[in-house]
Amino acid sequence: MQGALAHRGPDDNGILLSGNTGLAHTRLAIIDPAGGVQPMSDAGRRVHLVFNGEIFNHPELRAALEREGCRFRTRSDTEVVLELYRARGERFLEELNGQFALAVWDERVQRLLLARDRVGIVPLHYTWHGGRLLFASEIKALLPLVPRPEPDVEALDQLMTLWAPVPGRTLFRGMHQLRPGEMISVDRNGMRRRRYWQWDYPDQGDYLAGSPDSLAEELDALLADATRIRLRADVPVAAYLSGGLDSSTLVWLIRRATRAPLSTFSVEFPGSSLDESHHQDALVRTLGLDHRRLALGGDEILGALDQAVWHAESPLFRTAPVPLGLLSGLVRENGYRVVVTGEGADEVLGGYDILKETKVRAFWARQPRSRWRPLLLRRLYPWMNLAGGQSDVYLQRFFGLGLERPEQPFFSHLPRWRSGSRCRVFWSADLRERMREDPHDALAAELPSRFFDYGPFQRAAYLEATHLLPGYLLSTQGDRMLMWHSVEGRFPFLDHRVVDFANRLDPRVKMHVLEEKYLLRRVMRGRIPDAVLRRRKQPYRAPAPAGLAGAGGADLRDDLMSAESIRAAGYFDPVAVGRLLDKMASGRALGHADGLAAAVVLTTQMWHRRFFGDGADHFRRVPSRAVQGIGKAVTGDGG
Amino acid sequence: MTMKDMLRSYVLENYLFTDDPSALADADSFLDKGIIDSTGIMEIIAFLEVEFGIVVEDREMVPENLDSIASLVAFVERKRAAAES
Repeated sequence: MQGALAHRGPDDNGILLSGNTGLAHTRLAIIDPAGGVQPMSDAGRRVHLVFNGEIFNHPELRAALEREGCRFRTRSDTEVVLELYRARGERFLEELNGQFALAVWDERVQRLLLARDRVGIVPLHYTWHGGRLLFASEIKALLPLVPRPEPDVEALDQLMTLWAPVPGRTLFRGMHQLRPGEMISVDRNGMRRRRYWQWDYPDQGDYLAGSPDSLAEELDALLADATRIRLRADVPVAAYLSGGLDSSTLVWLIRRATRAPLSTFSVEFPGSSLDESHHQDALVRTLGLDHRRLALGGDEILGALDQAVWHAESPLFRTAPVPLGLLSGLVRENGYRVVVTGEGADEVLGGYDILKETKVRAFWARQPRSRWRPLLLRRLYPWMNLAGGQSDVYLQRFFGLGLERPEQPFFSHLPRWRSGSRCRVFWSADLRERMREDPHDALAAELPSRFFDYGPFQRAAYLEATHLLPGYLLSTQGDRMLMWHSVEGRFPFLDHRVVDFANRLDPRVKMHVLEEKYLLRRVMRGRIPDAVLRRRKQPYRAPAPAGLAGAGGADLRDDLMSAESIRAAGYFDPVAVGRLLDKMASGRALGHADGLAAAVVLTTQMWHRRFFGDGADHFRRVPSRAVQGIGKAVTGDGG
Repeated sequence: MTMKDMLRSYVLENYLFTDDPSALADADSFLDKGIIDSTGIMEIIAFLEVEFGIVVEDREMVPENLDSIASLVAFVERKRAAAES
C-alpha cells in the first residue's frame, strides 16, 4: 500500500497501529524535515494524525495556540494541525488555510475523521470492504485491498460527456472521493458527513460595495498575502510561468515578496500554434527570472501517455496533462520540490470563454428572435470568422441549444457538453446497456439548492469551480501530474480568503462586458508588460493526439486499438473505433469531438490494461501481511 | 455508386462511425440529431467541393442546403445543373 504511494512521499514513511486502526504515511518533506515525521501522535499518544499537503497559516495558528498554553515539540505544520484538532475538535478545519487530505484517529472517543481542503487540491479516496473503511490519497493504494476492482461504467460516461466524474464519484466501482470542503467522521454509530466550506455566491444585489479601484486594492492585498504565505517552506520554491496574466501576476508578486532568485518553468511546443514561449520571454527579461523550458513534440507526449494515465488513474479526454507531468520531472531534476502556479484564477476571477459565452447566450435568450445578439459570439471565437465566414444560421443553431429554457441548470454548458455526447456512439452496445444513469441528472443531484438562486454567469462559474476544477484541472491535470515526480503545487488564487472575496463581487466587476478578469487586470496595470496584460485568454492546450495517426503511433494503434484489443476490453465498438482510425489516417480535418474520442478511446484502453487487465496482476500479488498489517483502515460498523 | 450513396456512406463513416445504414434516414437533420458540430460543417463542405467539383458560396452555407442527406443531394444537383446551363 505504501509502495503504491512512494511517488507522493519519497523522503520517509511510517506506520502506526492502534487497536483495530492503522495509519500509514509516505512523506514529501518540505517543512521541518527532521521534526515532521508521520503518523504523528500527541504527547499522551491518544490522538494520531496522517496528513498530506500544507497548512500555510501554521505560524499564526501556532502562535494562537501557544497563547492558549499549548506547547510544541517540533516546528512542523503537522503538529499544529494535531494540536488545533485537540483544542477545537472537528471545528479545527475552519481555521486551516491550506491544501490537504488528512486523517485523525482519536482513540479517546474511538473516532476517525477524514477531511479534504476546501477546493479539492489534494486527493483523498475511500472505500468500504469487509466492514473496514479503507482510505488513501490515490486509488492505486486501495486496489490491492479489495478482491476484484471493477470500472464504474456510468462514471466513464460522465467523463466522456461532462469531462469529469461528478463530485464524490470515481471511475472505480465502490471507490469514493471526499468532495472538496468535506469531512467525514466514522465511529461506532456509523458514518457522518459534513461540508465545512462551500463555494457560494451572495443573493443578487448583496455584492461587495466599493469602487473598482478600492476593490482592486483589496484584491491586490489579498493576493499578495496568499502568495506570501505560499512561499513558506524549508526548501526553495519555484514557479510555473505560461506567459499569461495569471502566472505573470504570481511571479510578479513573488518577486516583490522576496529577494531570493526565482526559477520559473514552462513547456513549449516548438513549431506549434499552441506555443507561448515568445510571451514568456518578455517577462523573463522584465523580471530577471531564471527560466527553463521543456520542449515537447507530439511523439514525446504520445510516449508518456501511458505513464500519465497510471498517475491520473483516469482516461484522458485531451493530452494536456501529459506535458505538465513531464514538466514536474524537469522541476525535480533542477532540485525543486515546490512550485507556485496560477490555476484557479479563471474560476475565481472570471476568465473563461464559457463565462463570456454564457453572458452572450443569456443576453440573446432575452430576445431569442434577434439576429444580431448571437453575432457577439464571433467576438469570442475568432475561428468562426476564419472558417470562411460560417453562416450565422449555423452559429445560431450551435449556440442556440437550450435557448428557449435559460432557467434550466446547465444552460451554460449545453453546447460544450453536446460534443461529449456525440462521442457516446463509440461505447459498445454492451456498455450502453449497462449505463442507466443520465450524466446530467447525476450532476444535477450534486447541486445545492442555492445554485438555483444564482444568475447565469454565476451558475456557469459554479459548475467550472466545483465540477471541472477539482474533477479534472486540479487532479488529472494538477496534483497527479505534479506528484508523478514528487512535486507539490501551490495555488494562491485558490486561497479561500481570495475565493470568498471574489465570490462576493458583482459578476460585472469580474467580467466587465466581455473583458475577462477585469479586476485582476486593473490590479496588474503598470506592473507587467502591456502585451501580457492585454493578451486574450489562451486556454492551455497541448497538441492533439494527431501523432496517433502517424508513424509514431503505429505500435499504439496495433497494440491497443486493434479490433481484437477493443473487443477484449469491452468498452468500445470495434467498428466505430476502426472508422475513427481510418478518418485520422486519411489526413482529413478532425473535428473537436473526433480528437476527444481518439484521446478517450486510447487512454481508456491504457487505463483498462493498467488497472484491470493482465498488466494489473501486481495488484493481486500483494503479500497478505501487507493487507492485514498496514491497511490505512479503521473498523467501523457503518458503511 | 450514386451520389446519394457516396454522401450517405461519408456521413455514416465519418460522423456516426458505423456501417449500419439504419442509423441515418435521408431526411434526418444533422443538427437535430447532434451528428455534426461546428467543425463538422466545414468538413462536409470540403467533401462536396472535392468530390463533386462544386464551389459552395458563403450565402449557401445554410441548413436548407446542408442539413440532411436529402438536402445535400438536392443542393449538389442544383449546383451541377446551374454549372451546365
